[in-house]
Amino acid sequence: MVLSGLDDVSQIQSRVLKDEIFAHELLQDLSITVTEMFRDQDFYKSLRENVIPILKTYPFIKIWHAGCATGEEAYSMAIILQEEGLYDRTTIYATDFNQQALNRAKEGIFSNAMMKEYTANYQLSGGKESFASYYTSNYGNIIMNQSLKKNIVWANHNLVTDSVFAEVHLILCRNVLIYFDVDLQNKVQKLFYGSIVNGGILCLGSKESLRFTDFFEKYTELDKKQRIFKKKY
Amino acid sequence: MKYEAIVIGVSSGGMIALKFIFSVLPAGFSIPIIIVQHINANSDNEWIKLLNKKSNLTIKEADEKEKIETGNVYIAPANYHLLIENDKTFSLTIDERVNFARPSIDVLFESAAEAYKNKLIGIVLTGSNNDGAKGIKRIKELGGMAIIQDPKTAESSIMPASAIAAIEPDYILSLEKIVQLLIKIDNPIKQ
Repeated sequence: MVLSGLDDVSQIQSRVLKDEIFAHELLQDLSITVTEMFRDQDFYKSLRENVIPILKTYPFIKIWHAGCATGEEAYSMAIILQEEGLYDRTTIYATDFNQQALNRAKEGIFSNAMMKEYTANYQLSGGKESFASYYTSNYGNIIMNQSLKKNIVWANHNLVTDSVFAEVHLILCRNVLIYFDVDLQNKVQKLFYGSIVNGGILCLGSKESLRFTDFFEKYTELDKKQRIFKKKY
Repeated sequence: MKYEAIVIGVSSGGMIALKFIFSVLPAGFSIPIIIVQHINANSDNEWIKLLNKKSNLTIKEADEKEKIETGNVYIAPANYHLLIENDKTFSLTIDERVNFARPSIDVLFESAAEAYKNKLIGIVLTGSNNDGAKGIKRIKELGGMAIIQDPKTAESSIMPASAIAAIEPDYILSLEKIVQLLIKIDNPIKQ
């Protein structure tokens, strides 16, 4: 926590303006990096049923996890793709503007304490294997299998200031836009629209919507409840 | 009208308590009510639809950035914290659980206290943990009213007892009396 040592809020301002490293660390502290594996089982179930068949039609697959934080959802995706026999022809771009979170994601080391919950999530989301086969446990932590990491590209990308970097078949950006106001959401949706191939898929969080943006008419709803959208041709 | 919003925190035993409250509150009750009911992270909102059917008021799940309207009842969605902004709109977040809960009562109450100051009523009902105690304290600090369900009448007494231990409540009442009080506060002339 970079704020320790400061007496009051007004001291933040002067340091932010003068001290670039401090400003950067403060920004990282303020970003929300809470995430889970297979959060929302019904979403992952729908992903398997409705999105995987579309992905199967592509000779190679590019997926963008926007705002991946510490990577739990990117690993969840890698597991599903492996089980569906698609992972070897997939590249997952997992991006975040928080470099500390990205570094942790890249390591793929998580607390053993979460595994009970993640295992239940995985099983209820239609998982086909033993969840324990995807990681190795030691000293109270687990490390994800190397085979899950090999096609994930971890990269620093800021949704607000950075631009389109690839044409992708699927974008997952779940529970990121709830922290943005409507103008900023619109800006990010423009970025997404420019990044998804025609007929490609956009997945938002279960409480997020395209309705207040300029892009609602440009997608069809593949699964309304799970907020899975398909870009119109 | 002095009070502009009511926030309710409820945990185990809440389904029965809420069903009772909304079977009694009359149509036209005007102060908006915002509720955190602790619930399984994976539960859908079917129970809210059922509650709505049995009520004279409109009960719905709170939506991201939705404006709080007079006469409506809002319930926090499962697995999200619900906060109230100063412009009286909702924010949802997936931040860490607070008191092992998401949604957390403290999170709603503290943000509501900041937004509504002395125009807020906070109510802690049945439950078996201490979520809500910090939040109700903040509501009192900023001039709001605190109503706690009498632990003797609560299905689970720990949560109301924790709230009573944290503050001096304005009222400690049974559910029936709480509803009567709310009706009186909302429409003092008719009574």
